[in-house]
Amino acid sequence: MEDVFVIDVNKLTKKFGAFTAVDSISFKVKKGEIFGFIGANGAGKTTAIKMLCGILIPTSGDAVVSGFDVYKQSEKIKKNIGYMSQKFSLYEDLTVRENIKFYAGIYGLKSGVIKEKTEFILDSLRITEAGNRLIKSLPLGWKQKLAFSIASIHNPKIVFLDEPTGGVDPLTRRQFWKMIQSASENGITLFVTTHYMDEAEYCNRISMMVDGRIAALDSPMNLKEKIKADTMQQVFIKIASQRVILN
Amino acid sequence: MYDLKISDVSKKFGDVNALRDINLDVEENELFGVIGPDGSGKTTLFRIAATLLVQDTGKVKLSGLDNIKDYKKIREIIGYMPGRFSLYPDLTVEENLKFYATVFGTTVKENYDIIKDVYLHLEPFKKRRAGKLSGGMKQKLALCCALVHKPKFLILDEPTTGVDPVSRNEFWEILRNLKSIGMTVIVSTPYMDEAKLCDRVTLMQNGCILSVQTPAEIIEGFGKKIFSIRTDALTDTLKFLNEYKYTENVFLYGDVIHYIDIRKEIKVDILTQYLRTNELKNITIKEIEPSVEDCFLTLMREK
Amino acid sequence: MKRFIGFVKKEFKHILRDYRTLLILFGMPVVQILLFGFAIKNEIKDSKIAILDRSKDYITEEITNKLLSSGYFLLYENLKSEDYIESEFRKGIVKEVIVFEEDFAKNLFGEGKSGIQIIADASDPNYANMLINYTSSIINDYLNTLHTGHNIQILINPEVKMIYNPEIKSVYMFIPGLMAVILLLVSSLMTSISITREKEFGTMEVLLVSPLKPLQIISGKVIPYVFIAFIDALIIIFMAKYVFAMPIEGSIILLILESVLFITTALTLGILISTISSSQQIAMMSALGGLMLPTILLSGYIFPIENMPYVLQLLSNLIPAKWFVIIVKAIMLKGLGFSYIWFETAVLVITNIVLFVISIARFKIRLE
Repeated sequence: MEDVFVIDVNKLTKKFGAFTAVDSISFKVKKGEIFGFIGANGAGKTTAIKMLCGILIPTSGDAVVSGFDVYKQSEKIKKNIGYMSQKFSLYEDLTVRENIKFYAGIYGLKSGVIKEKTEFILDSLRITEAGNRLIKSLPLGWKQKLAFSIASIHNPKIVFLDEPTGGVDPLTRRQFWKMIQSASENGITLFVTTHYMDEAEYCNRISMMVDGRIAALDSPMNLKEKIKADTMQQVFIKIASQRVILN
Repeated sequence: MYDLKISDVSKKFGDVNALRDINLDVEENELFGVIGPDGSGKTTLFRIAATLLVQDTGKVKLSGLDNIKDYKKIREIIGYMPGRFSLYPDLTVEENLKFYATVFGTTVKENYDIIKDVYLHLEPFKKRRAGKLSGGMKQKLALCCALVHKPKFLILDEPTTGVDPVSRNEFWEILRNLKSIGMTVIVSTPYMDEAKLCDRVTLMQNGCILSVQTPAEIIEGFGKKIFSIRTDALTDTLKFLNEYKYTENVFLYGDVIHYIDIRKEIKVDILTQYLRTNELKNITIKEIEPSVEDCFLTLMREK
Repeated sequence: MKRFIGFVKKEFKHILRDYRTLLILFGMPVVQILLFGFAIKNEIKDSKIAILDRSKDYITEEITNKLLSSGYFLLYENLKSEDYIESEFRKGIVKEVIVFEEDFAKNLFGEGKSGIQIIADASDPNYANMLINYTSSIINDYLNTLHTGHNIQILINPEVKMIYNPEIKSVYMFIPGLMAVILLLVSSLMTSISITREKEFGTMEVLLVSPLKPLQIISGKVIPYVFIAFIDALIIIFMAKYVFAMPIEGSIILLILESVLFITTALTLGILISTISSSQQIAMMSALGGLMLPTILLSGYIFPIENMPYVLQLLSNLIPAKWFVIIVKAIMLKGLGFSYIWFETAVLVITNIVLFVISIARFKIRLE
């Protein structure tokens, strides 16, 4: 089977004044892949994601996301992607159902479909009885799982997850990753950033950013072999602190 | 004696039990970790210890001082770093630090030896506004600000949340140094792997304390055999092990599966055999030492 | 003390870095005054008037002609009796009614004195005032020609009476009110926002566990705004005097001292708001809704207090700006000294003390 690339980035660069936040990065992401995006704080991950989501214009380089160009077709990109972050997710003062309805409405889903989707999400997360509760009364783990479901409500081809599991307990983190994996099996591409290095192991491939550049890009297994490390944690520390450039 | 004694402390916010009958002793010059996910009550506990909240019931004594009656005296000896961002984004790194120094009636110069380790990381950015720092830098600056008045007792609420692994390592090194110069430090974190860096840790969940132990005790006290399993199909393996009648707990752990058996005597061969009958290949099974996360997951299950 | 100075320094930095807000703080009084000063119609053309001529002699006729040929006035109607005056005003077309008394010429030459009543619609007080000024000056001009022509002493007293608004307001009557509103806005709104911002930033948590006393935190927050409000007060006084040639009859020092007193009152109100608000948004809403609106409506700034229902008149006593407006008017327009405004000053001082004590008591030493 030929690989279909849903993200194709070529020498993408973003400068803020004299500061180069993202420095000529290139990579491709396959359809259905779980693509991990890791790096130290300030390494340029968030800037890169913003460019791929079409909300930040690159300084130079090319990027095609889901077949659309980030310069000219950012509106089309936005329709084909889902986005969820630890910081911005759901409206705390609305109920679960209201949040689902609101986001579904944004993407222009019809009311019949919205109803169906709502029941489906509540059912699959086993929180039907909590449908009318305010978001702020829910435990963080539930919120994050719900936020992920909502981020993929419009059947996006790619879902960007920016530190989706920060502060979530280990059990819920595992449930969360189960959701990510089943989404991947359904052909959705997942683009994930995380500070939990055990989660990095669940990714098909990892791209590690250091100072705006991609310092390493491979499967966790290959990375560990190359760096001669037992865990991704060690890989990360070695690459980030010793500035080992692999490619 | 810069210690902390928390006895039978409970706290409710409306209908939510943020803390339920917490009992905790932190000894002088200890690096004490409070580990638990968001919403487990860590922040409430720390705010009570820092005299910022008043408990509904129970007593809190910090260095022998009552947290309600003697709150002013406690505030003089503690350094507190809140969990959320607590710097002035429109002031530079230097200005933030100087400001907190003057507020606490001291100067950066006077206590430079204490903050030196941390400040060296920040020095190159001292003219940058705090709002423009990266996550790890912000946390280091906040720690500097909490240290600048040379407190005896340090209360750090999730200083490493959202911080990358390298910065986290540096952060913990700094904490070990602070302990070595005689400070008592209590620190909370959602990262289980940081537990092993503390002298003693308590695991929190839903406002309750699950256990208070040294990292070694947690692991020793696990009392069960735990296996690391690797196959060519992890998802299937997980499924088969979940169906296995001797399974006590099984979960993904990075690129392997951790498996806990209910049987006292269990050999690797038996497990390999079971997985083979399910047509799995490339099976590697090792008995391993449990990590804090393994223990936490098992404790959570038991509760 | 060093702590406190450090705190104040930090506050100044916050303010100076946020240059947009700074621009608004200093630009607002200038723009407001210019808007008020020039937006008010200062040109009169073809204003419709009605005349009730009870005398119908050649003098009244000549005066009427003079008025109508001036280009400022158009005769809308000749009224038959006084009963029509009110209904004429109600229609809203006629802005001024001129009433000549009976035997106007006869009285003028016989007794050397005659009466003209000028009634203006004071729903737009400034406009009304201008109409009256124009009318009186035209009549006076005419009388001067009479005077020189006949070489005898003649006095004419145009009796000016405003209905709907018995208190005459001149173009610059708005200055005291505007001063109150701007000082209140700068002081209360800005302090309450800056205190609640600390809560939102999470920095309040650290300040609370620091050895800073609540009194120091509060005064440290307030002092920079005393300066800014003070400069605003000076800007307003300066512009009033030099742009609109408004007289300052009384002591300028007294005026400035009273302004500082009002600024502190406004600041304590701001502090009080901040102690009850948890976010900048709530602080802003309560400052605007809870302070600005009542001040604009009840201070006598726009609507004369004397014409309000009794209940509102009572309520207006609770508005600090009301007392300040009285004080400013007394000093600027009437040139009165402190002995005439001690009561109003005392009201502000007491308000100040009460609010400050409440704020300090309400200031939370903990997070709850």
